Amino acid sequence: MPWDRNQMAARAAQELEDGTYVNLGIGIPTLVSNYIPEGVDVTLQSENGMLGMGPFPTEDEIDADLINAGKQTITELDRTSYFNSADSFAMIRGGHIALSILGAMEVSEKGDLANWMIPGKLVKGMGGAMDLVAGVKKVVIIMDHTNKAGETKLLKECTLPLTGKAVVDRIISNLGVFDVVEGGLKVAELAPDVTMDDVRAKTDATIVD
Amino acid sequence: MANKKYSDASSALEGLLFDGMTIAAGGFGLCGIPENLIAAIRDSGVKNLTVYSNNAGVDEFGLGVLLQSKQVKKMVSSYVGENAEFMRQYLSGELELEFNPQGTLAERMRAGGAGIPGFYTKTGVGTLVAEGKEEKVFDGETYIMERGIVVDLAIVKAWKGDDHGNLIYRKTARNFNPLAATCGKVTVAEVEELVPLGSFDPDNIHTPSIYVQRLLQGEHEKRIEQRTIREA
Repeated sequence: MPWDRNQMAARAAQELEDGTYVNLGIGIPTLVSNYIPEGVDVTLQSENGMLGMGPFPTEDEIDADLINAGKQTITELDRTSYFNSADSFAMIRGGHIALSILGAMEVSEKGDLANWMIPGKLVKGMGGAMDLVAGVKKVVIIMDHTNKAGETKLLKECTLPLTGKAVVDRIISNLGVFDVVEGGLKVAELAPDVTMDDVRAKTDATIVD
Repeated sequence: MANKKYSDASSALEGLLFDGMTIAAGGFGLCGIPENLIAAIRDSGVKNLTVYSNNAGVDEFGLGVLLQSKQVKKMVSSYVGENAEFMRQYLSGELELEFNPQGTLAERMRAGGAGIPGFYTKTGVGTLVAEGKEEKVFDGETYIMERGIVVDLAIVKAWKGDDHGNLIYRKTARNFNPLAATCGKVTVAEVEELVPLGSFDPDNIHTPSIYVQRLLQGEHEKRIEQRTIREA
């Protein structure tokens, strides 16, 4: 059984290391915060200008001045600090954030990432993604192994405009966990009952032993 | 002391607006946006604007109102996904768009305001963003040169401002505001509350008054884009 969204998020949460500062992207990556392992203390950065992101507010706590990078209302914690966007990206670009977990449209076997536009169709922008992949020490991608048309998202070369070149360290898909290594992708783990044949059938990127 | 206080946004903008000008605006999404100044710019009818702002508002709020009224020639932003009218104008060729990575846009404002005409960053290397830009290798790693921005007018929103133009922001509504404030040839700030001189602890001022030439107090709707809650 391939993993569902929540299982992928739970698996990604295993990447979190105690005492680190982490940035979670929009979408499935946001779910990772629901699965932070017992005994692991991480501080979440929100690139609009906050360290120490708390959970969603109750109805009474909603504050229009307190949102995350996905523009969702959130809360603060005892450790929270606020800062401007240049300071926020100084943390990111300067290598002070240990881990970024992001979504993707395509990833190549060299670790190239595409997740910000489809020419002529979807023009939303990169937001902070290009800065994150350029500056954060470790970049983990969570995404479905295939797109809605059933085509693989793990390619030899990306076809969409890149967010960053050779920036991805690890991919967590619904089929398993894949590391970007010399020569291609290495399977680190398979989802329950998923076989190597299943992975090969749904992967264009080179799988190395 | 020079009087920086104006009674409303339209009077605070008097004499500052002209067709074809460049404007930097603070705000992230609809959080911390200068609502009153945007409305006054719409009412002025000034056009062919180039606007530097992280986002472009939504269809009928924030900078979206200037797109609806077709006053914007070009947007320089990192993310415009919440705005259907923006997408329509861009895909039909009516509107120019320059995507800047969010951190690059913030740093361009900071640098411009600090008298730094260009800087090197590894953000965007090997992507469309790098096209046409100077590359330089430092310590074995490739960087691209980005330009600092100085604009004709910066419009910002703060929580509180004092009579001299010192500003304090609140929570994540700070975002691009302090940066935009530094890069305007003229900066106009709107605040939720104007307070008398001496009200602020000087250690806690976010934007020193030197960056603010005009100031007004206004009402703020503070619209929320994604109302996410948990059960109490």
